[in-house]
Amino acid sequence: MLKKKSFFKLALVSMVAVLILAACGSKEEKTSGSGEESKNALEQIKDRDKIIIGVKHDTRLFGLKNPSTGEVEGFDIDIARQLAKEIVGDENKIEFKEVTSKTRIPLLNNGDIDAIVATMTITEERKKEVDFTDVYFEAGQSLLVKKGSKIKSIEDLKKGTKVLAVKGSTSAINIREKAPEATVLEFENYAEAFTALKSKQGDALTTDDAILYGMADEDPSYELVGGTFTEEPYGIAVKKGNTELVDALNDGLKKLRDSGKYDEIHDKWIKE
Amino acid sequence: MLDFTILTENFDIYLEGYKTTIIASLIALVASFLLGTLIAVFRIAPFKPLNWLGTVYVEFIRNIPLLVIVFFFFFGLRFSGPVAGATGLTIYTAAFIAEAIRAGILSVPKGQMEAARSSGLTYGQTMRLIILPQAIKIVIPPLGNQFINLVKNSSILGVVAGLDLMYHADLISSRTYVTFDVYIFVALFYLSLTIPLSLGVGYMEKRLAKSN
Repeated sequence: MLKKKSFFKLALVSMVAVLILAACGSKEEKTSGSGEESKNALEQIKDRDKIIIGVKHDTRLFGLKNPSTGEVEGFDIDIARQLAKEIVGDENKIEFKEVTSKTRIPLLNNGDIDAIVATMTITEERKKEVDFTDVYFEAGQSLLVKKGSKIKSIEDLKKGTKVLAVKGSTSAINIREKAPEATVLEFENYAEAFTALKSKQGDALTTDDAILYGMADEDPSYELVGGTFTEEPYGIAVKKGNTELVDALNDGLKKLRDSGKYDEIHDKWIKE
Repeated sequence: MLDFTILTENFDIYLEGYKTTIIASLIALVASFLLGTLIAVFRIAPFKPLNWLGTVYVEFIRNIPLLVIVFFFFFGLRFSGPVAGATGLTIYTAAFIAEAIRAGILSVPKGQMEAARSSGLTYGQTMRLIILPQAIKIVIPPLGNQFINLVKNSSILGVVAGLDLMYHADLISSRTYVTFDVYIFVALFYLSLTIPLSLGVGYMEKRLAKSN
């Protein structure tokens, strides 16, 4: 009997200890993570001879996993490959990891990926969390609706209308400001949000026009309306304090623009 | 350690989600208990077609992921997020509750049924007056487990814009870029529901044992 009791006590104490350790550990990691380890991130990549990039797997035209080949394809992917060529000398010395708007910053800060090339808008808020390169794509937020919908522009998003968005995206925050009367419902990823629109769970889907073009391309009974109402400059994000890597990526981007390779990739994917 | 400003600054948001979680769980709890009891009675009724119906329900629902069931109601039948979530939870949990209740009923000695029937009670009366009151005592611990699972499973609402605790926590974490702390507080909110539920089940178990 006594033995049983002390066993329980021990179990309880160790559980509490684990909890406390976990809580402390996560904080420590955060502070030390941005220090020594990330200083030589560029060297780490070169030592490893491979760059690890977080990309979307569900975003048509930017980063979409092709089910027949198993490869991810899109504008972001091609840009990332060209940058790998600049930094590690080979466009195949690259590993893609799937990220979503929700997971990309935590994955970057945990050190799981070296950089995010995933339709990520540069914002002041995010600049506090990560470092961005120069703009590599100019997008703007817009609305996607079923053809023939009563909603023609953002002004039509009155009380009682439902707008669908994706968790963790800037468009979800923007739409609350620009159409405060509308109800905003947020989903895990663009595929689910688009399926929800098709299931008439909402009146419009909002995100960057570039992504919406991809959806309209997939199902032509949907169209973009009202033009863009924000500017969404996309940047490549790296862990805070990683200036060498940012410089290297910016150099790479500049070379791509100068050589005309950038325009080639742009025209391959984006047909406005 | 934990960043409590996450909790205090977003308390209203947490609370809103907490309310939806409670309401959805309560509705699903009552509904799945009723539906589960009905299915259990179907499974042991002395009428073959009802047995088959009950068996098909349990085997079918129990072996599909909850997420798929909820997606069916949300994307397929186009229920709103919270309604699709609560309906999916009800349908899913009912299968497990039916099995728990059936096991309870079957564990009542056969002689009880035979004695009641031979003393002139109908099948329905025997069930209601003799078998179920005895079975309920046996069934309380496994039922408690199912109810606790139900409360935790209600986090599925978060993926169909169900406005529950998990949904709102996702929004807080995507806005503040804090993940660990946000979900630790979520865990505390769930514990505030499941621990009392757990203690309540334990208490009822003891009380019913005494009444023997």
